[in-house]
Amino acid sequence: MNSFLDKCCNECWHSLEKPCDLFIRCCTEGPLCHHNAQCSEKIQSLNRRINYVEHDIPIIWIGMGTCGLAAGAKKVEEAILAELKKLNINARIEATGCIGFCAKEVIVDVKLPGQDRISYCEIIPKIVPRFIQKTLVEKGIFKEKLLGTHGTSSNETAHINENPFFKHQLKIVLENCGIINPESIDAYIAKGGFKAFDKVLRLMKPQDVVKEIFDSGLRGRGGAGFPTGKKWELALAQKAEQKYLICNADEGDPGAFMDRSVLESDPFRIIEGMAIGGYAIGATAGYIYCRAEYPLAISRLEKTIKLCEDYGLLGKNILGSKFNFHIRIKKGAGAFVCGEETALIGSIEGKRGMPRPRPPFPSISGLFGKPTVINNVETFANVASIVNRGSEWFSSIGTKTSKGTKVFALSGKITNTGLVEVPMGTSLEEVVFTIGGGIPDGKMFKAVQIGGPSGGCLPHSVIKTQVDYESLKEVGAMMGSGGFVVMDEDTCMVDVAKFFLTFIQNESCGKCVPCREGTKRMLEIIERIPVSYKTTKNKVDELQRFKGIIYLNRLANVIKDTSLCGLGQSAPNPVLSGLQYFRDEYEEHLYERKCSAGVCKDLLTFTIDNSICSGCGVCLRRCSVEAILGEKGHAHYIVQDKCIKCGMCLEACRFEAIEVN
Amino acid sequence: MHQDIFTKYTPNDKSYLIPLLQDIQTIYGYLPEDALSEIAEFVGIPLSRVYGVATFYNQFRLAPLGENVVRVCRGTACHVKNSSNILYAIEQALNIKAGETTRDKKFTIEVVNCIGACSIAPVITVNEEYYGRIGVKDIPNIMKKYQSKPKVEAQKKTEIGTEKV
Repeated sequence: MNSFLDKCCNECWHSLEKPCDLFIRCCTEGPLCHHNAQCSEKIQSLNRRINYVEHDIPIIWIGMGTCGLAAGAKKVEEAILAELKKLNINARIEATGCIGFCAKEVIVDVKLPGQDRISYCEIIPKIVPRFIQKTLVEKGIFKEKLLGTHGTSSNETAHINENPFFKHQLKIVLENCGIINPESIDAYIAKGGFKAFDKVLRLMKPQDVVKEIFDSGLRGRGGAGFPTGKKWELALAQKAEQKYLICNADEGDPGAFMDRSVLESDPFRIIEGMAIGGYAIGATAGYIYCRAEYPLAISRLEKTIKLCEDYGLLGKNILGSKFNFHIRIKKGAGAFVCGEETALIGSIEGKRGMPRPRPPFPSISGLFGKPTVINNVETFANVASIVNRGSEWFSSIGTKTSKGTKVFALSGKITNTGLVEVPMGTSLEEVVFTIGGGIPDGKMFKAVQIGGPSGGCLPHSVIKTQVDYESLKEVGAMMGSGGFVVMDEDTCMVDVAKFFLTFIQNESCGKCVPCREGTKRMLEIIERIPVSYKTTKNKVDELQRFKGIIYLNRLANVIKDTSLCGLGQSAPNPVLSGLQYFRDEYEEHLYERKCSAGVCKDLLTFTIDNSICSGCGVCLRRCSVEAILGEKGHAHYIVQDKCIKCGMCLEACRFEAIEVN
Repeated sequence: MHQDIFTKYTPNDKSYLIPLLQDIQTIYGYLPEDALSEIAEFVGIPLSRVYGVATFYNQFRLAPLGENVVRVCRGTACHVKNSSNILYAIEQALNIKAGETTRDKKFTIEVVNCIGACSIAPVITVNEEYYGRIGVKDIPNIMKKYQSKPKVEAQKKTEIGTEKV
């Protein structure tokens, strides 16, 4: 037996045409239809091999998610293969997903037969020969780049979960990420995968499944936090010959990459969650709407669906239960607004992705006018665990109103960038400083931006806030999909507000006036703030500048109250939270025409310090507007009238002679 | 050369519009006008509606691309790590603005909202290759790598074959 599809002996009668309803249980506990010690041993041995317990040659895992590949995982793999060939070592190389510690990619795990699996980080091709020599030839531990062991701790190697980055996390959604081979269905089944689906098909009625999810308190992880059980209940109650289930993987939030990671590292979990959802609401067709910018995730999903069909876990009469379920992939075409559920439905139907008024809600009339449930990737990823371990277990995690865990994508000015999963109720402080390792280069923390363009920037004064839907809303941010961008003293909040408004303005679909026109006007107001006296042309401009500010708050509230969809309703959030917490920064820009963070170009002046400048001429050559003058060997100077403040000279100077103020 | 694409889909089904546009763009790198009218006929909707959809989504282009496509990520994480300077430096190095193609058709600069590789911000991709944690100083070297390279067959694989169930 090399896979679970192989029969243990002739007595096994399972086939695609005539599926055995005990197939999933049989894979790990089998055989169940007959008693044979030999068959049992065969199946157990296969399980041990798939779970990497039993193997005769060393196994090397390489993290091959997008972040790993971007950090050079392919080159590391080539280097390892070349080295193995040179030393004539026989070893198995397995691609795995992302374990979440993106700052330390490329992560490589090594397991020698009969020993524990040990993780190493920051492996680059240059150190591969030493790494292979130490781990495979000398069979020791490569201490320089050690991350931790997956087995038992010893004096030499601590367990990987004792690393501060992993210690405070609770992994449910990310459980298998970076551990198993994401392209092997056997690996997922051997890890207990599809057990929940099997349980649902054999032992539970759709009503029971919906109740279980409802009782667990699971809420949509896409941003708004609508109770998933309620959504399902509504769709189940509808009578229709066709219902649809959609997985929203159109992760458009800039600064968020949780869904990508889960799709790349544990795609079977999503399929299982969707299949359970389909059974619960009575849908026979499912769609995964995935961003086209995630080619790896799409290709993995295609393989995953194919494998599930081969195993009879998708298709007709699944495991003899008479339940039919098909999944198709729809590639998004790059429109942020398609993350909104009614816009997403429009996009699948082949129209422009524009939201439509609700009600009727998609649960009643959605895709092609049929009842449709749309859930986020992370929501589906929770489903199997809830069914397996029960709603009581799930609702014991988290706070009163927000249950379970939340995955955040830490990025920006933070030491440990990556994916973290924390129980609801963890404080922001813990995420930023304990797990995230604080701000690099000894800089000061300024704000954390949660919830993407719809969220807000939270300063140090509210850093003790708990992570849950209500608490975040109270302080002016929102859960969003889980983007978590940390900003330090070098980030200008006016500039950030401008950035988000530009984004929203570009992505506004143009259907409703408050969003289309309102965000444009807001952007104009914000754009007038960081402007120097020189650029302000006349008195009218000057007047407009202050007048805009007076109306900014009111305009923001009108957009919030009257926009059609979530994108517009939350569009003013970055500005409002900025005004609430960083008012002095806005005032500094407005009255003093100064940007302390040194970001707003128009308010800066670049000068060259004569005492440091060696006159090398590098800046002179890089300046695109010929604003720098000077002879070789003598200190240069910048003609302020010509300078466009692009900052190229600052980047180019090797002597740090250029001053900005 | 794109005729066989139509065999994968059933005519007069509007929901195939976007996949068809995506397939055509995979072949040509952009959406030629005559292909658009063929699609309109096949799907059974007016050309104006096809044009409306093609211009709504960021992914679709109505003009051909250069040989090398430089994509600059302008997501939040990249923004706070100064991706605007990176973009400016690339524009300077290639002497075009974002969204344009050089006259020798060698380079196109595209701005994308988020590549999803925020942990190694700021990021750019040239064709399919990622460059993470870069600074303005690295730009000339990266561009030089592609200046002399022979034509790269970019994005011409996978993509076909997801639609039929």
